[in-house]
Parts: sequence; C-alpha cells; structure tokens
Amino acid sequence: MMKRPPLPQKSTGPQKSTRLQGTTDLPVLLPAAARLQAGAARERLTGGPLLRLKARHGLWLAGFCLLSAGLAQAQADGEMKRSALAALVDWMPVLLQGFLFNILISFMAMAFGTLIGAVLGLLQISLLPPVRFGSWFVTQFFRNAPWLVLLFFCMFLLPFEFDLGFVVIPFPDWVKATIGLALPVMANVSEIVRGAVISLPSGQWEAAESLAFSRRQTLWEIILPQCVKRMLPPWMNLYAILTMATVLASIVGVSEMMTQAGRALAAENRPELLIPFYSFVLLCFFAYCYPIAVATRRLERRYHVKL
Amino acid sequence: MEAFYEWFRVFYQDTGINLTFIYDSYDRNRLIDGFWMTVWLSVICLVLSMVIGVIGAWVQGARSKTLRWLVAAYIEFFRNTPPLVQLYFFYFAIGSILPTTENRFGFQEPILDNFAWAVISLSFFAGAFNVEIFRSGVEAVPESTKEAAEALGYTRLQIYLWIVLPLAFRVCLPSLNNNLVNLVKTTTLAYAIAVPEMLYEANQIWSDSVNVPEMMTFLLVAYVFLVGVLVWAMNRWERTLRLPGFG
Repeated sequence: MMKRPPLPQKSTGPQKSTRLQGTTDLPVLLPAAARLQAGAARERLTGGPLLRLKARHGLWLAGFCLLSAGLAQAQADGEMKRSALAALVDWMPVLLQGFLFNILISFMAMAFGTLIGAVLGLLQISLLPPVRFGSWFVTQFFRNAPWLVLLFFCMFLLPFEFDLGFVVIPFPDWVKATIGLALPVMANVSEIVRGAVISLPSGQWEAAESLAFSRRQTLWEIILPQCVKRMLPPWMNLYAILTMATVLASIVGVSEMMTQAGRALAAENRPELLIPFYSFVLLCFFAYCYPIAVATRRLERRYHVKL
Repeated sequence: MEAFYEWFRVFYQDTGINLTFIYDSYDRNRLIDGFWMTVWLSVICLVLSMVIGVIGAWVQGARSKTLRWLVAAYIEFFRNTPPLVQLYFFYFAIGSILPTTENRFGFQEPILDNFAWAVISLSFFAGAFNVEIFRSGVEAVPESTKEAAEALGYTRLQIYLWIVLPLAFRVCLPSLNNNLVNLVKTTTLAYAIAVPEMLYEANQIWSDSVNVPEMMTFLLVAYVFLVGVLVWAMNRWERTLRLPGFG
C-alpha cells in the first residue's frame, strides 16, 4: 500500500480557510498581512532576503560611477595624472576577468548545490524515518551555518590537492571557495524541493493512488513535474543571492572581482579612485543580477497558483 | 572545573586534538569574549534596527514627498547591495572622511571605531527590512477593528497600544524572525573590519596555536548551535502567538 509523504506539523505557506478556527470566515486582517506572510514564507524557502532590483538602480549606479569619476578628475586637475575614467578603462580587463571568476564560481557552486540538494530534498520526503531525519538534520545544519563560516571551513580544511595514488587532483583556492558556497546552496535547494512537494494539495497523491500509480511513479510522473514550476522562482532567487555572496571569497583571498579592485586601487594609490572603482564593481553585479531578478518576477507571476 | 580543563591538556597529549580554548585560560577568555561580542553585536543591532524600522515606517506615512522618497531610496539601497559592500562602504569610504581625534597616547584616532561602524552598518542593513515589515503590519489592521475599539470607548493611544500593535506584531513576527536570524549570521561579516567577534577571535587563536581543524570545527558547531537554538525558540514563539483563523 502506498503512503502519502509525511505532512509537516506546520506549513510555511499561507493557509486556506480549512485552518480557520471559530465560526466565522470573515477576513480578520487586510491583504497586507497575507502579503507579509507569503513574503516571509518565500524568504524562509530561499534562505535569505529577496532582491528587488529595478532598471533605475542600474541607471543610478552608472550615473554615480561617472559622476564620481568626474569628481576624481576635478580633484586631480592640474596634476599630471591620468583621468579616473582612463584608469578605470586601463584596469577593466583585470576587473572583468575577476568578474568572470565570480560567475564561474557561482555557476559551479549552483550546479553542485542543486544536484546534491535535489537528492537531499527527495530524501527529506522519504518514508523511512531515519533517512528523513538524517537528511532533515543535514539540511538544517547547513542552512543555519553562516555562509562565511562555511567558506572558512572549506578554505582551511580541504587539502590543496588530492593524491589518489595514480593521479593528483589539484585543489586551488577557487575550487575550495566553490565547495564552501555550494554547501549552503545545497541545503537551501533541499528545502526548496521539500517545500514544493509538500505544498502540492494532497488530492494529487490520493488521485494517483486511486489510479494505481506506484509511489515512484506518482513522484516522478505526477508530483515532481508540478513542482518544477513552484521550485523555479525560489531557485533563481537563490542563484542571485549566491552570485552576490561570491564576493565573500575576497575575504579568504580568491582573486575575484572585489580582490582585483582592491589590488588595482593599491597599485594606483589614489584614494579618489575608490568610489568610481567600487561603483563599477556594483554595476557589473547589477548588470548580471538584474535580468535574473526580472525573469524571476515574471515567472512568479506566470506560475502563481492559488491553492 | 580545573580538573575538567586539565583533562583536555592530557587529551591533547594522548590524541593530538588540541582544544586550547578549553585548557588554556587565555584562549578560553578570548573565545568567551568573542562569543559575547557576537551576542552583544546582534542585540544592539536588533534594537537599533527595530528603532530604525519604527521611525522609517512612521516617516513613510508622512505627508512630505521628499521624506517618503528618502526612505524608499534607503530601503532600495540596503536591500539590493551585499552587506559586505555596505560594511566596506561605511568603514572605508565614510570612515575615512570623518575627522579624527587625539587619544591619550597622542595618536590620531578615528571618532568611530570598528565596532561602532559594524553596529551602524548592520543596523541600517536590518533596519531597511524592518521598515517594510512594520508598515505592512500596521496596514494589515482593518479600519473596522479600530472603529469597533473606538465604539467601546478606547482612546486613540489605547487603540494603538491594545488593538493595533498586538495584532500588527503577530502578523510581523515571521518576517521579523527571518530578519533576526539573517542578522545573527551577518554579524560574521564584522570579521572583515576586525571587530573581535567569535570568528575573529577563533582566527586569532588558530594563528597562535596552529590548531585550525579543531577551531574550525568548533566554530561551525557553535554557530549552527547558536542559530539553531534561535530558530527553534522563535518558531515556538511564532506558534504560540499565531492568530486564530489566520496562517
């Protein structure tokens, strides 16, 4: 006999009138309350605050970058120095190379995290209590650890190379940083998968059972295809958060964009360049994250399902 | 207690697992100070961010368009930039503009130290989320509820204290909890500007005693424990305060 996955004690999503206690179903609170609650549930699923990027933020940043570059030039007026913009253009290849590194780290961390996290998430809805509890514990453990501590953990404790006897796999800094960032991603993906499965109405499971689907068939052919829609927006949000978190790797000395900007500034030794350079860094991140944020919002609106 | 501490020295000699932060009183005190610093930083930032949230929510209801625009710009800036960048921005960009004072040794010293900048930066970061949370919470209380209270003879202050705030607080609690947990995790970033919190002190210890694996493991477990207990307690509180018929 097939069993339904264990239902959680407390669901994170907004509840319907079935939970209503008392005898009235008049709205006690205005829609703002439901919005706030839905937002909190989404944040819990993604494991961090959601980005709210708008096109005008990019314009501000670009304007700010140019303005500060102009100011820097005005300050340096009369002295024989390159203009701030020329300095920025000179350093551009180095900075953009650093940014490519950020993107590479985010891609790989997301890929690893998603693969392992999806498995972990499915284990969380297993029918075997030890498996369920074990995967729940792993998920909560890595969800509750601060990203920076996990990053430190991997940076310091992983060896710089793995010697397998016949082949030596080098483990450079950035690979360790990738693993360090993949761990929290894994935990959050696991939670997203679990959240999506338990958010489906139990009627889906019952209908599948009445049509004699096995548990595996139900999961693969009925439940998971419906979950993809629900998982996609939080998953993309998570990716945007991860991309912003890759700057943490600068604290542990990976040559990503923040580190490169710091090195460029140290080489130039002109404090007035600080603001143009760092606003350029922000601009790059904006240019990368903005399309993701817009796509996430669109998907969310399109897939918005009322239960 | 001394015997317990000494046991770990023997433990080190026997197994090679060097837990200096237990048997060495200097390291122990450093780590305890670091732990309290993390807690202290979280508490101060929590209180300040609540104050910022209340003021911000109040200003957002103001008549002046400029004021409302300012609060909106503040929220958008702090929501959409990484907290590490904010911290660097406050500490390096604004901190370097501010004037310096002379300390008692005759050296020039910035007015605000690392700790102060960490508090300011993290409070503003968490405060940006609180503004919207509080505003939605107060907005969620229907006019008819307030009118009913008025009909029962409550004064305006009483309505606010006994009707609006308790309801709004219960609505806000899940979001506030998310924010608090996020804040505690973000305090680790203060490491980047050398605030002596737990991560920083652990770093000092492993630099002195060369016991990186032990310290790292302890640190991970300690943070997971700290945040885990917080999440658990807050979820319990949420469940107790859950509004009947809602959520």
